[in-house]
Amino acid sequence: MQTSLKKWWKKCLQVAVVYLLLPVLVQAQSAGAASAPDDTALIVLLVIVLLAVLVAVLLLSFEARALVAKIRNKKMGNNTHQFEKHLENMNSNQIEKILQTTHRQKDRSKNPGSIKAVLLVVFTLLATLFPEHSLFAQTKVTNGGIFNEGGILITITLIMIPILAGLVLMVVKLSNILRKHRNRQDLEEADLFAGYLATLTGEEATEALAKRKAALDYNLTHHELSGQQEPADTKGLVSNVETEGYINFIARKKKAQKRPNIDPQLSKLILWYFGCAALWLLFGTTIGEYVGIKFVAPDVDHVSWLSFGRLRPVHTNAVFWGWASLGMLGLGYYIVPMVSNAPLASIKKGWYALCLINAAVILGTTFLMAGINNGGGEYREYIWPVMLLFGIGLILTLINFIQTIAKRQTKEIYISNWYIVSAIMFALTITVVAYVPIWQDGLGETIIQGYYMHQGVGMWFMLFTLGIVYYMLPQQLNRPIYSYSLGILAFWTQILFYTLIGTHHFVFSSIPWWLQTVAIVGSVGMVIPVVAGTTNFIMTFKGAWHKIAGSYTLPFFLVGIIFYFTGSLQGTAEAFRSTNLMWHFTDFTVAHSHLTMYGIICFFLWAGMYAVIPRLTGKEAPQITVGAHFWLALIGLMFYTVPLMIGSTLRGQMWIAGKPFIDSVVHMAPYWLWRAIGGSLMWLSHIFFAYNFYKMISRHEAVDVKEAALKKLVQIIPAETQND
Amino acid sequence: MEFFNNHKKLFRTAFLFFAGLTVLVAILPALNNQKNNSPLPGAVPLSADAVKGKNIYIANGCVACHTQQVRNVDMDKMWAARPGLAADYADIHRTDIWRNTATLMGTERTGPDLTDVGNRQPSKDWNLVHLFNPRTVVKESIMPAYSWLFTIKKQPLKSDIIVNVPAAYMNGEEGKVVATKDVLYLIAYLQSLKQVKLPDGTPPPDFLYKREEKPAGANAAPKELNGATLYTSNCQSCHQPNGEGLPGAFPPLKGSPVVNGDNLELYVGIIMNGYSGRPGFGVMPPVGTNASLGSAEVTAIVNHERSTWGNNAKKVTEEEIKKIMDFVKLQAPK
Repeated sequence: MQTSLKKWWKKCLQVAVVYLLLPVLVQAQSAGAASAPDDTALIVLLVIVLLAVLVAVLLLSFEARALVAKIRNKKMGNNTHQFEKHLENMNSNQIEKILQTTHRQKDRSKNPGSIKAVLLVVFTLLATLFPEHSLFAQTKVTNGGIFNEGGILITITLIMIPILAGLVLMVVKLSNILRKHRNRQDLEEADLFAGYLATLTGEEATEALAKRKAALDYNLTHHELSGQQEPADTKGLVSNVETEGYINFIARKKKAQKRPNIDPQLSKLILWYFGCAALWLLFGTTIGEYVGIKFVAPDVDHVSWLSFGRLRPVHTNAVFWGWASLGMLGLGYYIVPMVSNAPLASIKKGWYALCLINAAVILGTTFLMAGINNGGGEYREYIWPVMLLFGIGLILTLINFIQTIAKRQTKEIYISNWYIVSAIMFALTITVVAYVPIWQDGLGETIIQGYYMHQGVGMWFMLFTLGIVYYMLPQQLNRPIYSYSLGILAFWTQILFYTLIGTHHFVFSSIPWWLQTVAIVGSVGMVIPVVAGTTNFIMTFKGAWHKIAGSYTLPFFLVGIIFYFTGSLQGTAEAFRSTNLMWHFTDFTVAHSHLTMYGIICFFLWAGMYAVIPRLTGKEAPQITVGAHFWLALIGLMFYTVPLMIGSTLRGQMWIAGKPFIDSVVHMAPYWLWRAIGGSLMWLSHIFFAYNFYKMISRHEAVDVKEAALKKLVQIIPAETQND
Repeated sequence: MEFFNNHKKLFRTAFLFFAGLTVLVAILPALNNQKNNSPLPGAVPLSADAVKGKNIYIANGCVACHTQQVRNVDMDKMWAARPGLAADYADIHRTDIWRNTATLMGTERTGPDLTDVGNRQPSKDWNLVHLFNPRTVVKESIMPAYSWLFTIKKQPLKSDIIVNVPAAYMNGEEGKVVATKDVLYLIAYLQSLKQVKLPDGTPPPDFLYKREEKPAGANAAPKELNGATLYTSNCQSCHQPNGEGLPGAFPPLKGSPVVNGDNLELYVGIIMNGYSGRPGFGVMPPVGTNASLGSAEVTAIVNHERSTWGNNAKKVTEEEIKKIMDFVKLQAPK
């Protein structure tokens, strides 16, 4: 459990470091002297070697100093004090031996583990050096110098290996010599000590030793608290004891806690939301996967309905309005009545909303594939009659939720409801603003587009999901949220800053310069709600980190939190004019949107679903397939985003350098291939998710031996009574 | 606090806060923008065919990969002569009752920017072949093939526009590739995409973040430009990386008498002013003028073409070319 937790953390940390460092390094390099990138690289390499040497020298000098001190001590002849200390530190067995052989005894008190320790230190050092080195090599690629060349990187690494290995060998050899020398010293000391022991023959000394031995041998009986009676579980606290039949190398996850029963009607509604969401996830990401493959194989088909430009919005809209929106709303239908401590105002309205939203996505998808779209703005591709259905669905939901909250049994409105209700209000607002034609002429369309698409992400998906986390995370950790006030601060600052940042998608375009600057300032302001939110979640984890190992929902939450921090701050980093120069128009934006929409929103949604569904159906998904889902999604996301970010950074640099455009297309090919591979892993994880969902709602039950036996018993007993 | 416990007050406040900011950062700037901008004097409205073509462009989601905005940064210089202005988009209105305004500015540049593609690539033949399958002319392209905008006929009519597609890209089908009306509309739209010149005397906005030229000393030799790179950017999509062109569409440069000959006036004239009237091949646009190539760039391209693919002609100097360029400028069609 402990080790898996540690591994887990290491992974997260590495991921976090890569995300945090990449933009910084890249920016530093673009800002720094582009003329001498190779020099800096060489300097860092040299520093690594020097550091290794320094560490080796330090290690050896410490050992040598200890040895010298020992020799000096011995020369001073102050032995009796040392011997008495040895005697005090002896264990019972050793004292026994002294007592048994009062006249002749030798001792060997020494510590044989030192060389192992040295080796360990050296290897950890090496281990830490190598990732540093390789990480550096990766980011170094961005500066377009000779360190671009894979061959040179490999050569440098190959050269570094023998140098570092030689250094290790030298340290080991020297350390061995020192150890031999010290052993000799110790043996001499042992001789003297034996002589001293031989002098301890007096009655007094023997008695003192015997006493010491009795004290050391003291043991509790283990019955002090429990008494002598056999244990019995008279209150039925222990159940489901299983001692065999389970693979022991994976930490066993805890089952969901039994919760107060949910109205079966509501439960059915929520499950339908989740089911539809899961279907849209499968559909939307299958399209996404296919579109990703088209980057590598553009001639895979020549059918108009399946052409790239038509399928891309099909993918984005299906996962937005189909998967993520329905998934969020499903969780909302669970959370809002729960934290209001009141029944849902109208289950019927919930069904209408579900039908309307599904209809919108089905119609929208068909229209897009047929070539009927709204004119190009991202996430605004559905034409207004289609989006109207979605909007009515949202209005019904809003009324439903507010009426539920109005009937609440609690005095205060729990913060989840702040976020959830506001998210729906804001989503409706932006949809109206985006589809009303009065202010859409010329560049007006672009200004509204920037506002709309970013508020869609931040005020609909992010705000709603945060509301989910504020309920589900404390519930899963079984402890209150760290700070209610931080949640409130994050809420208002999110509204203040997020609303401003839309136009940072059109930096350097012909929309007003001041509006671009406002967007950039707002993007920096986003640090406040993001840091407040992350702090709140992480501090809620405080003291309960161990629970991650035993839970299959908490890892999803943790990944979501990490990406909430890194992904959101990456957005801030992307908004600056300097970073826009190299990242705008490239696939970096695509990588970023997947880090956030997938890393944050999807992981939180999965966490919530895996927590809620077992509480509705009483059935759990197999732990192994939940794990497969988790790891494939996480690793897939990394394969998807990291190469895309590296490749896009280089592509931006090529554009800045004025290279022919087609060269930058050729350059992207391997990164697009990696994206397709990562995408395939993500897609595979969704198959596992769909399977898990099926397992959690499946009506086919495995035979419960106890239940079956009881049924048989009931059949047998009447038969017997008849016979009588 | 009472405020936090009253759902009406709480949600109303949150809504008003958000709506107020929305008005400030989205609605007012948008209204302001459309009020204060009108089309440039030189702007030509789209023809009826181009309007139909634009609808095809929208329907197929071309905006997913192609931007139509030239930013005021130096790296965008390759797409048009000046940065875009709000006025450039002022004449774009709602498409129809179902569909919103399509400025088609785009947010991704997986493919080239198309703001000025009507000037950069005016050749209809190239566009036809390229749309049928982009890899016919640009091997590395990942653009989708729009072959469904064409029909294949065994016996085409005389009025049909036949596209010269190499057999390798016919997917084993026999017959002639004939352009449909749709693809002709689309090309009409693409050819109409030309950046409007500012009225005389109006200085265009600057390109920012200029690439820093290395300060050259007085004695330092002028740096020779990379002819191969310039060829890739400006010439390769028609004349191909191997200099062999495309039979029936674009003439070969390999072994060409113009390229290898001594008539530099003709040679430079073709680069700067374009060429037509050569039977069996398409019209060449004034590539050099469109891309604002200077004498140094033209010299580099000429020297590259004269020394590659087995061509082995005498190198030219920038002075020579400069003189000829001044001369051919006078011959440019007005």
